Amino acid sequence: MRSIIKYLKEIVMAVWSLLKGMKVTGYYFFQPNKIVTQKYPENRKNLVMFERFKGEVIMPHNEKNEHKCTGCGICEINCPNGTIEIISKSILTEDGKKKRAIDKHIYRLGMCTFCALCVKTCPSEALAFSQEFEHAVFNRALLIKVLNKPGSQLMKGVE
Amino acid sequence: MEEPVKVAVDENQEYVINMGPQHPSTHGVLRLVLALKGEIVKNVEPHIGYVHRGMEKMCESITYPQIIHLTDRMDYLSAHINNEAVCLAVEKALEAEIPDRIKVIRTIMSELTRIQSHQLFWATFGMDLGGLTCFFYGLRDREKILDIFEETCGGRMIVSYNCPGGLMYDIHPNFQKRVKEFIKYFRKILPEYDQLLTGNIIFQERTRGIGRLSLEDAISYGVTGPTGRASGFSCDVRKHEPYSAYDRVKFNEVLFSEGDTFHRYLARMEEMRVSMDIVEQLIDNIPEGPFAVKLKPVIRLPEGEYYQRVETARGELGVFIISDGNKNPYRIKFRSPCFSNLWVLNLISRDFKIADLVAIGGSLDLVIPDIDR
Amino acid sequence: MFDFAPLTKWIDTVLHNAMSPFWAVVVEMLIVGVLILLFYALIGLFLVYAERKVCAFMQNRLGPNRVGPFGLFQTIADLVKLLLVELVPIRNADKFLFNLAPFIVITASFMAIAAIPFAKGLHAIDLNIGIFYVIAVSAMGVIGILLAGWASNNKYSLIGAMRSGAQIVSYELSVGLSLITMVILAGSMQLSVIVEGQATGWFIFKGHIPAFIAFIVFLVASTAETNRGPFDLAEAESELTAGYHTEYSGIKFAFFFLAEYMNMFIVASIAATVFLGGWMPFHVGNWDGFNAVMDFIPPFVWYIVKTFFVVFLMMWFKWTFPRLRIDQLLTLEWKYLLPINLVNVLIMAFIVLMGWHF
Repeated sequence: MRSIIKYLKEIVMAVWSLLKGMKVTGYYFFQPNKIVTQKYPENRKNLVMFERFKGEVIMPHNEKNEHKCTGCGICEINCPNGTIEIISKSILTEDGKKKRAIDKHIYRLGMCTFCALCVKTCPSEALAFSQEFEHAVFNRALLIKVLNKPGSQLMKGVE
Repeated sequence: MEEPVKVAVDENQEYVINMGPQHPSTHGVLRLVLALKGEIVKNVEPHIGYVHRGMEKMCESITYPQIIHLTDRMDYLSAHINNEAVCLAVEKALEAEIPDRIKVIRTIMSELTRIQSHQLFWATFGMDLGGLTCFFYGLRDREKILDIFEETCGGRMIVSYNCPGGLMYDIHPNFQKRVKEFIKYFRKILPEYDQLLTGNIIFQERTRGIGRLSLEDAISYGVTGPTGRASGFSCDVRKHEPYSAYDRVKFNEVLFSEGDTFHRYLARMEEMRVSMDIVEQLIDNIPEGPFAVKLKPVIRLPEGEYYQRVETARGELGVFIISDGNKNPYRIKFRSPCFSNLWVLNLISRDFKIADLVAIGGSLDLVIPDIDR
Repeated sequence: MFDFAPLTKWIDTVLHNAMSPFWAVVVEMLIVGVLILLFYALIGLFLVYAERKVCAFMQNRLGPNRVGPFGLFQTIADLVKLLLVELVPIRNADKFLFNLAPFIVITASFMAIAAIPFAKGLHAIDLNIGIFYVIAVSAMGVIGILLAGWASNNKYSLIGAMRSGAQIVSYELSVGLSLITMVILAGSMQLSVIVEGQATGWFIFKGHIPAFIAFIVFLVASTAETNRGPFDLAEAESELTAGYHTEYSGIKFAFFFLAEYMNMFIVASIAATVFLGGWMPFHVGNWDGFNAVMDFIPPFVWYIVKTFFVVFLMMWFKWTFPRLRIDQLLTLEWKYLLPINLVNVLIMAFIVLMGWHF
């Protein structure tokens, strides 16, 4: 007799534990406001990434097309996997001296691991992260970017 | 007409089956060669190395701050703790004095990482057992921690937030508020996890008494982390060899003696609660101070050998550095927890069914890149 | 209540007047076949959509929402994709059995649908052993699954097929016994008679406790019989990748996929017919006004609503519970469901004998 009661009790407890689980899923079924999925391409306009989000490395230019990069090459040294390559040139300054300046700041987005060492170690704060995250392209060559814009110059006062 | 392939028949009439490297429940590219007798597993032979990237060798040619971005990718679910291990080892070698603010923030971040890793464990463990809904609930709540990470560190999984000498940036002004919000939210959600899975009779039947790992075996195989603690192996590095700010918080080491799949699961559920307690103790008491100490621009460790161990979400991670005085290590060795934990799989899943093997494998909570490195 | 019988009678007489009796029967069969085929495809596609939406809502997701309004055409797009996908030939597979298996599975579910009464007078074939026919025919599907697992020349498939063989053979017992409980109450195996018998009250209310137990047992056992979660051991995607249909692709896979959903629908229809009154409206004692309002809803709608209620229950099970292990599955059947069922049949017989039902 006792074993029958135990048998029945087991069944009741088992069913009860199952019902508790069903309560959770049933609750969420009737709570459409708790849906967490975002409709991505539609919400592009009001999709704001966090300000520190590491999308890709950029070189901010001001309105006069000037940047802060002196071409010192510290970011190239600090990059762990050769993402950055700096091609420098020598230019003549106003007072006739020869000076090293940047020709091309090449950034290979496909190789970047977003460790932020280049941005952090840059002595003149010439690099920054943008919040852009839609990097997909059809041609891998497009992932090799030149960060300084054509015709841009070093900002005044940055050594 | 092609010649039919001749299949060698084992003398023991065992049914040899390849589980992986592409299999939904090996959590990555682990390959298990199973010898079956009907449904019963007679032998498990793990084959590893499918994501071997030669990390230790790579580390020998890069500088110490650059190592951080590689350790992120080792055990990607406890990226922050891996980074902390390297940083602590380097700081120990340099005998650098680390301000309290850095220690506290590192501890909070590590505990959040632990919670998020265990949430993913819960999610995938539920999925291994066939309850797909768990997977989505786990990921839903994990997103909230990843958002906190993203706001402060700029990355979600691969955070790269620690650096030798401190942190990359200071915490975001919203950090404390968001963490408190999360803890309030998650304390309410955790009972739901229990209702959905822990208390479920099917789940209990599937896990109780399955894959029992004895204390002796746990110690002799070097099984650490929640897996070892479920067998009664008191191996919490946070408790026994406190680093960062663990010496100033009160918490209990989660210990069970049964050592079966259910208790390995339970240990992780309890650890989430313990981690929340630790975060709650620290979040309001972040001292003022700098977020990084100034080290030399090129870090050269003095000649010698340095070892630092930390407790990741999966167990004990050891970092062993031999320096010859250069800016890159002469040799670096990671003692990764998953590598040690994997090898008990054959021992504990023998004579159980395939379905149990999946449950046991899930309860070991393996991250394959951590095994292969 | 709207009766389809005069309409079908009228079609019958028109056809018989127009042509010889032989051709009339052939045309009638064609009409019925095409109608059922259409119904089958539509319901199958809708069920796949419904399942995806239901599970999405349970998991805090949106579910399909790209193709058409609310993603309604998603399953049609999927079907087109499956039709166009390459049929991968399997080396060393038994070609004949490999190709035959999906047809057996789909024929089994297709045959079962013929005996289901959709509304008053809307009934492809009203056998006097309707329930027996449905059980017998739907059990044929397991042969297809076994063949699929055997012929695929894949170890995972074979394990899946063997599991499903053990599973379906044992759960067939519970399905049969729980239906027998209701047959005792109804006093007939003819589905139309069973439905007519529920005009004064559904059997689940009429037979109270034993009927309710039989309903639960039927729900559990039929979920297991259709290979759905938490009893989806034959597929068990986390253990056997996809079980018996691992090697199938394209339209052959679609057959398995569709058959699974249709089996669920058939099982739900049987549950609705036997326990919940089929197309009978919901009546309460002598509330004549209320009953009249209920009569106003067409019987086909009643049938569909009840069926989808049972389908929803089965989906709810699937998306909540973890999967059982094979030995636990058999324990559940032989140690719990079968004894309960046997006792339940006795109780039901006793109640009917004493006239204690309503």
